[in-house]
Amino acid sequence: MYYTVDRGPEVHEPSIPDAWELVVGLEVHVELSTKTKLFCGCANHFGSEPNTNVCPTCLGLPGALPVINAAAVTSAMRLGRALNCEVKPSVMARKNYFYPDMPKDFQTSQYDQPTNENGWLDTPAGVRINIERAHIEEDTGKSTHVGGDGRISSAQYSLIDYNRAGVPLLEIVSCPDIRTAEEAKAYVAELRGIVLALDVSDAKMEEGSMRVDANVSVRPRGSDELRTRCEVKNINSLSSLGRAIAYEAKRHISLYDTGDRPIQETRHWDEEAGRTRSGRSKENEEDYRYFPEPDLTPLVPSVEELEAIDASLPELPGAQRSALAEAAGISAPDAGLIVERGHSQFALDTIAAGADGARVVVHINNNLAGGLGELTPELFAGLVQMETAGDLTSTQTKTVLAQMVESGGTAADIAAAKGFEAMDTSELDGMVDDLISSHPDEWTRFCEGDEGDAKKMAGFFTGQIMKATKGQADGKVIAQILNSRRS
Amino acid sequence: MAESESLSRDEVAHVAKLALLDLTDEEIDLFTVQLSGVIDTAREMNALDLDGVQPTHHPLGLVNVMRADELRPSIDRDEVLAQAPAVEDDRFKVPPALGEA
Ligand SMILES: [Zn+2]
Repeated sequence: MYYTVDRGPEVHEPSIPDAWELVVGLEVHVELSTKTKLFCGCANHFGSEPNTNVCPTCLGLPGALPVINAAAVTSAMRLGRALNCEVKPSVMARKNYFYPDMPKDFQTSQYDQPTNENGWLDTPAGVRINIERAHIEEDTGKSTHVGGDGRISSAQYSLIDYNRAGVPLLEIVSCPDIRTAEEAKAYVAELRGIVLALDVSDAKMEEGSMRVDANVSVRPRGSDELRTRCEVKNINSLSSLGRAIAYEAKRHISLYDTGDRPIQETRHWDEEAGRTRSGRSKENEEDYRYFPEPDLTPLVPSVEELEAIDASLPELPGAQRSALAEAAGISAPDAGLIVERGHSQFALDTIAAGADGARVVVHINNNLAGGLGELTPELFAGLVQMETAGDLTSTQTKTVLAQMVESGGTAADIAAAKGFEAMDTSELDGMVDDLISSHPDEWTRFCEGDEGDAKKMAGFFTGQIMKATKGQADGKVIAQILNSRRS
Repeated sequence: MAESESLSRDEVAHVAKLALLDLTDEEIDLFTVQLSGVIDTAREMNALDLDGVQPTHHPLGLVNVMRADELRPSIDRDEVLAQAPAVEDDRFKVPPALGEA
């Protein structure tokens, strides 16, 4: 699996004045990638011809009966459990409002009994963001506004495609625990990583399969009050999220500074202008008159079902970072990029094959952004060993690596073909023996632990020797010496 | 109109607005009386002791009625768009919406 993540520019958002503290909660909508919609058998497919995936149910025609999609419910519960939520008996509800992209004139959602409640997510930097709820609901149709300058407020008319109406969504609502724009971006990136690890959505912000609304307010630092918040919509990337939050916070601060105050409203992020704009707020916007949906039954997951879900969850990004950090001898945040790119298992396998962890991480981060191509962990380990043994300079290593990605083949053959000369290395035996006697516990784990333990400890000993030799030792030789001492 | 109705005129006007109904003053007066009668009838429930009674979410007590995630045919687009008041680019053409979804 290879995917890119829009991390935004590598600059921190200009911070707000020290006297103020940012208070942000995020509402993230994730489109669940089921085969069919939430309440009917129409295809859940992005990019179909307009109005071809529609039927009486998703068009809201009288008499049509919705039946909920079991796969969507399972995906929702899996994501809930991965976010450490309590998965509870739930009830679908009607959220009533008139808008042309919602032909039933209500959206089927969950209200006072959502599927998931009271979870949390830890960002790579270790900040815990609590999650209030993660509820199931249906998506709306897609509107295109025509005329004026393309904004809703000045459009002459709107064109509606109902292919998206009824597509299953999970709306994940965080508590207002986020204190910086960077934290907000880290939360969304981590949530996206979890969604991708679970394979419940493709979570593409640019295609709208993951959408983020930010509730932004500020307060004097040290206070615990919650001031008037504005909901910022139309955020299409992680970098926009950071900029929109920073802009909105500063707008609030300047209002307070001049004796004024923000009003609670929905605002739209204008990417080109780099600012938020007031939406034309409907009067009584919050008056949705929710009531339980009589055409759908409550959802009551069994204990066995929840246990099966817990047992089926894959290793999530946080655990992947910890495992890679330990094997490579780096910090967990430093393992973040490799995990985001889906290369953590590849890195672990390469380290287990005898390569120096730190070098493996550097190469994957810097020289393999375009993908792994024909590279295998064994071939890659052979290359890194040649580099750490001093047989190749770092520039030569990069050249050989690029060739290996393109064509496969061993590092030794490619280096020889390119005329890169080997350098002499030796004298590792004594160093390994000294290390073994000064680390008896690690040595026991290497000799007697299970396979995972042995791999980790091989990485540890290799790392120590690499450190002592400033990366000049040959990892393959170290592995041979370690194995020869084991018996 | 009696002072003692359960619903105020303002509440009825508000509900009508949410339902996109354009009512005359006379209609608002009429519906204030009628809707108040409906509310009063429902309020008779308040006389009952319902402590410990679970709310009914489904009349038959069913739970977990779901369907498998299997494709079923959608309807022909020409048939769908024939129902639209106006069509452009194979989409429903509607007046510009007020406010935001
Ligand atoms: Zn349908």
